[in-house]
Amino acid sequence: MNSIIFTAGARILVALLLVFSLFMLLRGHHLPGGGFIGGLIGAIAFIVYALACGSAEARTALRVSPEGLAMVGLGVALLAGLVSFVFGDPFFTGQWYWVGGDSYETAAFSINSVLVFDIGVYLVVLGGILSIAFAFEEET
Amino acid sequence: METLTALIIGVLVAASVYLMLARNFMRFLFGLILLSNAANLTIFASGRMTPGAPALVPYGEDTPLGVVGNALPQALVLTAIVIGFGLLAFTLALAFEAYRRLRTMDSDKMRYAEPKEERE
Amino acid sequence: MAEHSDANAPWVNLAGMATVALTAALFAFFLQYLPVVAAGSPVQWSWNWIPSLQINLSFWLDGLSLMFALLITGIGAFVMLYAARYLAGHPQYNRFALYLFSFMLSMLGLVLADNLIAIFVFWELTTFTSYLLIGFSHTDPKSRRNALQALLLTAAGGLALLAGFILIGVTQGTFEMSELNAAGSMAEQPYYLGILILVLLGAFTKSAQVPFHFWLPNAMAAPTPVSAYLHSATMVKGGVYLLARMHPSLSGTDVWVWVLTIFGAVTAVFASFMALRQIDLKQTLAYTTLMALGTLVMFLAGSTGYAITAAMTFLIVHSLYKACLFLTIGVIDHATGTRDADVLGGLARAMPITAMMALLAGLAMAGIPPFLGFIAKEVAYAGGLSMALTVFVVLMSLAAFALMFAVAAIVAYRPFFGPQGALPRKPHEGPWPMLIGPATLAVLGLLAGLMPGVTAYYLVEPAVAAVMSAPDTGGRLKLWAGFNLPLVLSLATFALGFVLYWFHQDLRALLARIEARGPNLDAGWDRMLERFMDFAKLQTRVIQTGVMHQYLFATFTVLALAIVVPMVLRPVGGMTLTFAGLSFLEWGIGFLICAGTVLVLLTSSRIVALTGLGVVGIGVALIFIVYSAPDVAITQLLVELLVVVLLAVALLKMPHLDPDNRQVHRPMDAILALVVGGLTAAVLLLVVETPFDRRLTDFFEGASWMEAFGRNIVNVILVDFRTLDTFGEIAVVIIAALGAFALLKGGLKRGAEGEAEKEDSK
Repeated sequence: MNSIIFTAGARILVALLLVFSLFMLLRGHHLPGGGFIGGLIGAIAFIVYALACGSAEARTALRVSPEGLAMVGLGVALLAGLVSFVFGDPFFTGQWYWVGGDSYETAAFSINSVLVFDIGVYLVVLGGILSIAFAFEEET
Repeated sequence: METLTALIIGVLVAASVYLMLARNFMRFLFGLILLSNAANLTIFASGRMTPGAPALVPYGEDTPLGVVGNALPQALVLTAIVIGFGLLAFTLALAFEAYRRLRTMDSDKMRYAEPKEERE
Repeated sequence: MAEHSDANAPWVNLAGMATVALTAALFAFFLQYLPVVAAGSPVQWSWNWIPSLQINLSFWLDGLSLMFALLITGIGAFVMLYAARYLAGHPQYNRFALYLFSFMLSMLGLVLADNLIAIFVFWELTTFTSYLLIGFSHTDPKSRRNALQALLLTAAGGLALLAGFILIGVTQGTFEMSELNAAGSMAEQPYYLGILILVLLGAFTKSAQVPFHFWLPNAMAAPTPVSAYLHSATMVKGGVYLLARMHPSLSGTDVWVWVLTIFGAVTAVFASFMALRQIDLKQTLAYTTLMALGTLVMFLAGSTGYAITAAMTFLIVHSLYKACLFLTIGVIDHATGTRDADVLGGLARAMPITAMMALLAGLAMAGIPPFLGFIAKEVAYAGGLSMALTVFVVLMSLAAFALMFAVAAIVAYRPFFGPQGALPRKPHEGPWPMLIGPATLAVLGLLAGLMPGVTAYYLVEPAVAAVMSAPDTGGRLKLWAGFNLPLVLSLATFALGFVLYWFHQDLRALLARIEARGPNLDAGWDRMLERFMDFAKLQTRVIQTGVMHQYLFATFTVLALAIVVPMVLRPVGGMTLTFAGLSFLEWGIGFLICAGTVLVLLTSSRIVALTGLGVVGIGVALIFIVYSAPDVAITQLLVELLVVVLLAVALLKMPHLDPDNRQVHRPMDAILALVVGGLTAAVLLLVVETPFDRRLTDFFEGASWMEAFGRNIVNVILVDFRTLDTFGEIAVVIIAALGAFALLKGGLKRGAEGEAEKEDSK
């Protein structure tokens, strides 16, 4: 796939897809989306890039190894579960901290372990699928 | 729609069983893909099917309005799809490596782990 | 011996000293409970473990468990110190220290646990850790074989034990030992006999009662410190501990009395003769351990104060002198390079301290006053006189104790003062870390005998009270109990023992001849294992043909049967096919999926098959879209995209589906496929006929916003309500990814490719 148009277009497409993947991740709690979907879109973004410019280029663009990313994601997800122990709740109980108020109605926004967990899912899916895809790209 | 879905699932399962029984390992893979689709549909349909009402709580409400799609099987299917992909990728890698090493896709000839000689 | 190390190697290292210090600290910790427990108030610690199954991690420290805890940690600390020097410079010493320490903790857990399931878990942990210890010299096939024998035999007993425990828990409604004992005897319970047999199977295998005795002498393949620890003071006493622990619940019936008395007595006497027959001193000691275990089991058959006191006192005495003697044999072996009873002699001059402590331990073993061994023997005779089957018990005790007297002389007197043979090495005194333990234990045996009141108050009486589940009257441990029948029996023991020692070499030859004619259980065990392996091979040949088609055909056939048989046996309601109200769109989706499927089925082209799969995937996604599952639909579409990309990359590098472009038709497979497909559809149709249970769905819809602050219920289920589930699933994604990664980038490549080339060249 050595088309110049595809290569040039891919860069813009990848950027858009990545932003879109984050958008899907963040809106997931209230509208269709979430870590799984966001992670899949992010993975597809890098796979498009790898198809256009080669997987070496895509690896460079990712900066970190996809396997490492997936492991970090798993760690983040686990951390989101462990936080509940600090507050004396059972494992993986969602923890909410309201910024600028004391409930959902009054707070400006919230910091919560649920989103942290979803970010972990996002990273695992992104890293896991990319490590598979890159391996296939390179070894087959 | 449950009736039609059940029949579709029947077709998918029958096809996947036939494919998985083939000697060619690639056909087995195709069967696996169809089977995971069938399994996902089965879980989905068992939770009953509601058209046109996603399981969302509208803004300003505390609970969904009216009858909405059953969210639990959806959540289960969602992860099952992603895991199914992982399984497929692993099996594909297995098939690819097997081919690279053994130079065959015929599962009857893949006797690396269970050589014929030892069975005598 | 290969197990020894370089005598000049440094022996102080972190692993060794840390385990010694920790074990000693535990000993001190338990020591502080002595006055509390002696005053009659047990200590309890408890944590919930699996509350829904009534399994708690609860610990119960009463007289019995405290006595065991002190023996385990006290002897343990000395043994670990000894081992540090004994195995100094051994390349795997750190591993050894870890095994030994883990064993100590498991054993401690076993005697402290109150919950039956926890007892079982610790019980099996001691089995596993002892397996590692017995097989420590793993380069020696005999060592591995003996370790496996011990593992299989004691683990099998452990399983019987688990069955017994579950039976107890189910019938009695609790798994807590303290509650069971407080509730009194289970003799009237309907399942008493079953429970008793299962528990006894566990206890008898662990404590090596005849006919399960043969693993214990074989376990001497372990390094000497292990034998000293496991096979004198701790692991083998696990079974005895269990019998003592469950005494209040299970004892008192005729079955209990007869079974324990007979098995114990036979083990004791058989083992004493076998001890006399051995030439290897370590083997001699192994058999005397068997003798002690038999004696303990025999006395636990009784329920009288004297019988239980005899068991508890003898248990302490035996632990002290046996650990000491084992360690002494280790020192001798270390110094002279042999353990042959006929060769060793006259070592007292070169090894005065070793000789001294061996003599002390030997006197305790022989039961000479004023050692605790003497008191134990006196109480034992008194106990025997108080028990059922009096004459039998007393005579068997007399035989066993007299034989022990002779063995004590062989082990503790002859190597030091007897005639010297040709030693492989010039003997020298052992290093202090290997002497301090046995010396302390030997002196303790003497002190405990000189102060019977203290021993009784702090150790024996609380233990007896725990076993009898009633306060102990005490006052049974005396150096001088007056001129009575036990004293006469004691004197008879000495006389008989002396005669036996005098003729022991002739006796040994005679016993060897008898042994050669008797059944060999050890060889029988090997034959049994061989039969077992043959059966496994046969089964493998029949079931595992190595043909994937056969495996899958069998699997799908079983699946079909599993659906059909219940349907036939329990006729189900009818199913209705409703196609009313289906729109053009829905029919279209159905058609799309079926068309894609048919395409995949019929084609011989990889690209066409790929297209067909894509069509099916998109059709399924359309169903999700139409039926209110946007999240699932998006995921399905994205994954479908990835599948197509991945398959396109990989498939084109692989060969054609059908080399000659003609697909083989397989009518049998087609029939099975149609049956399985049809049955799946039928099952689903039946499922949707049943009324739908909305409870879970209602909960999620109600709680999604109110409790979890999320409006997308599917996402809330994934990341809040069922987070642990999702966590497991993303872990699976990682495992699959790493698996695929490892396969493709694999490190095994070279070897396997060589194999493939070989295949090619054929």
